[in-house]
Amino acid sequence: MSNLVKFKIDGTECMAEKGSYIVDAALENGIYIPTLCNMPGVKPKGACRVCSVRINGRLMTSCTTPVSDGMEIESNSADILDLRKAIIELMFVSGNHFCPSCEKSGNCELQALGYRYKMMVPRFLYDFPVRKVDASSPKIIKDQNRCIQCKRCIKTIKDEQGRSLFAFHKRGHDLEVILDQDLGKKITEELADLAMKNCPVGSIIKKEKGFEQAIGRRMYDHQPIGIEDK
Amino acid sequence: MENTITNIIEKYNNDPLRLMDILIDIQENFGFIGNDAVKEIALALNMSEVDVEQTITFYHFLSTEPRGKYAIYLNNSVVSIMYGQKTIKATFEKEVGISFGQVTADGSIGLFDTACIGMNDQEPAAIINNHVFTKLTPYRVREIVKSMRQGKDMDELINESYGDGKNHLPSLKSMVSSNIRRKGMVLSDNYVYGSVTKLMLPNLSPEAVIQEIKTSHIRGRGGAGFPTGLKWEFCRRAKGDNHFVICNADEGEPGTFKDRVILTEKPELVFEGMVLAGYAIGSDEGILYLRYEYRYMKEYLEDVISTMLKNNLLGSNIAGIDGFNFDIRIQFGAGAYVCGEESALLESLEGKRGEPRDKPPFPVEKGYLNQPTIINNVETFATAVRIVENGGEWFTQFGTEDSTGTKILSISGDCLFPGVYEVNWGFNVNDMLDMVGAYDVQAVQVGGPSGTLIGPDEFHRTLGYSDLSTGGSMIIFGMQRNLLQDVVLNFMEFFIDESCGSCSTCRNMPHVLKNKLEKIINGKGVKGDLADLKEWSKVLNASRCGLGQTAANPIISSLKNFRHLYENLLQRDKEFDQGFDLITSVQRSCKYVKRVPKFHPIE
Ligand SMILES: Cc1cc2nc3c(=O)[nH]c(=O)nc-3n(C[C@H](O)[C@H](O)[C@H](O)COP(=O)(O)O)c2cc1C
Ligand code: SF4
Repeated sequence: MSNLVKFKIDGTECMAEKGSYIVDAALENGIYIPTLCNMPGVKPKGACRVCSVRINGRLMTSCTTPVSDGMEIESNSADILDLRKAIIELMFVSGNHFCPSCEKSGNCELQALGYRYKMMVPRFLYDFPVRKVDASSPKIIKDQNRCIQCKRCIKTIKDEQGRSLFAFHKRGHDLEVILDQDLGKKITEELADLAMKNCPVGSIIKKEKGFEQAIGRRMYDHQPIGIEDK
Repeated sequence: MENTITNIIEKYNNDPLRLMDILIDIQENFGFIGNDAVKEIALALNMSEVDVEQTITFYHFLSTEPRGKYAIYLNNSVVSIMYGQKTIKATFEKEVGISFGQVTADGSIGLFDTACIGMNDQEPAAIINNHVFTKLTPYRVREIVKSMRQGKDMDELINESYGDGKNHLPSLKSMVSSNIRRKGMVLSDNYVYGSVTKLMLPNLSPEAVIQEIKTSHIRGRGGAGFPTGLKWEFCRRAKGDNHFVICNADEGEPGTFKDRVILTEKPELVFEGMVLAGYAIGSDEGILYLRYEYRYMKEYLEDVISTMLKNNLLGSNIAGIDGFNFDIRIQFGAGAYVCGEESALLESLEGKRGEPRDKPPFPVEKGYLNQPTIINNVETFATAVRIVENGGEWFTQFGTEDSTGTKILSISGDCLFPGVYEVNWGFNVNDMLDMVGAYDVQAVQVGGPSGTLIGPDEFHRTLGYSDLSTGGSMIIFGMQRNLLQDVVLNFMEFFIDESCGSCSTCRNMPHVLKNKLEKIINGKGVKGDLADLKEWSKVLNASRCGLGQTAANPIISSLKNFRHLYENLLQRDKEFDQGFDLITSVQRSCKYVKRVPKFHPIE
């Protein structure tokens, strides 16, 4: 028991193992904090900033910050909810997300969060950037229009020698996630499936396989994202 | 060719942690890092090719395409533009016959923009094959291009006299001037190098060194102002196989150049400060992380290090202290402002993209190679020597209660005497302007783009951590300057170019804000746009590092202190404007589909 720490999320008393990250600790206590870049079992990246909470007056990402004894976390106040909504809107306007024609629609975490935060029309102007689609691999398509640069594929999709199939390219506003031309040609069926599964949006799509699950029957079509909705 | 690439990789023991050094060596040998090189590195280091490329494409001075036999990087920061960068740029383009961002067909000359190169006191300046050319004029540009056309060596291109001070030394031979205009304890010439190490260190315990630093209340000179003594103490206490001392010489904040001057004129003091820090925290390795823009100092600084080695001020059993060993090596960045952020610096040192790390853990616990590490600014180390020499108590007589000691300011812009000035903290802005000969001042940018833009009604304010905090960059703007167009927009572009891009907020928001600012500058703004700018900026607070968190500061502080400049540009008769011209857009899209638009007049 000595390994447990007590902390509060929006005033609710919680308990979790010392050193666990706030997102996971919250979940154990039945509290959902949204994430996009985070994945269970993978070192957190703090890339999407959607899981931001306020601790001691400072915004911190709950996927990278461990809980500590007596910590007071503010997660669902009006301004933080609006911040998360703004971050999601920003992702929509900074790429080209045309949901009705996307294979990932209904299984897309970005779309699901858009619904969760009741995004109607983003407050920001659409940027309509010109982005490339890389279909050079025989098994997958890397569509830059939909990429949110979450790094999940970079961290998890590696060949048997541990080499990354995906990596960042350039920086700042020009940042892209690109596929290794050589390794992309040799990607295995399993790795290709995993890449599509790990992509939270529709930026990595398996070739020659579409709409196996009908729209309307997909993950978030019936079950909104976030556990307290269960 | 392949042989040389193999040699370079082997020189660094096929070590992925030294990828940056490998890439820089290849870039310098071949002018670019081609496909073959990428393949070979990937194979040798067991990485994928995209993994190698992600590091290359992060850094401004590394390239997968040839950059030309003479690669010209012209500074595009605010002060350079104020001193005629546009004319210089046009002259280069005319003389060379290509646009910026291109290389001539014969591969001889490449023209590129680059962010502030730390020469604000002698703009416009450019870096050509690692040599800095300052105070460029159209005449000089024509001369330089002509020499290049004749295929002359770099040495022959440098027909001007060298700069002042140590810039004359054979190992430096630089055209840069130090422009020291006011000396204090750091820049003064009354210190005998090595005397603290030789005469005092043998009689001081590491704890005693830390105690003096704590008593002095010195706070970091790199901008963030963390108490240096505490940092050293935390690091000394942190457990690890190794401890590291790192000197942050990335100096990328536009308008700052004092670290350049300290490293040119007082490198022994900086290195001695690192030695003291090494002794204090129990470290035997120090690294100077030097921005690539200062590559011209490499040979010179290495000379200084080897002289110190010879004099037993570095190396083994320093100053006869049994078991106290400390070495310093220099490692370079490759053009990325964000690498000045301490954790991004560590990533870069480890051969990776300079993406800041999530904190905690802080570098004092898990820093370079996951070991306890202190990272301090150049000036902090130099000052530490004078503190240990004279005692922490002595130091507190300078400056103010919460900001002790002196601060070296980099002052540039519209003034008669740009240069470095070492002053006591607590100096006020009015005095500063009088000191440098600045008249009819419209505004001063304190602390670089991430700092604040203040107007005359705030010139009574003082420099210090509790009022105007600054890493030392002071840019002065005269009445003739268009603050929104020339300053604020330029700073926003700087942040957009320099963001590492890993936070969604910092990757996307500055671009959105810049579009809005341009809308206002173009006369399409309405009142609501000002509220949007202020409100939307808050999203950036959710960014990981100081770059993103302060990326809206140019807008926020100008909106606060120069609101009338924005208001004068707004459309008075409109509540809403989508910001784009429907008619032109329709005309343009019709052109692509080869149709003739028909417009009906709106009633
Ligand atoms: C984007 C960014 C750039 C920075 N650039 C520098 C720099 O060029 N030099 C520097 O000393 N500190 C820089 N800093 C501050 C460092 O993170 C760090 O606080 C400093 O090196 C610590 O040394 P000090 O305590 O001696 O100031 C930067 C911080 C940020 C967020
Ligand atoms: S705030 Fe910007 S520069 Fe800093 S880590 Fe995030 S994306 Fe990178």
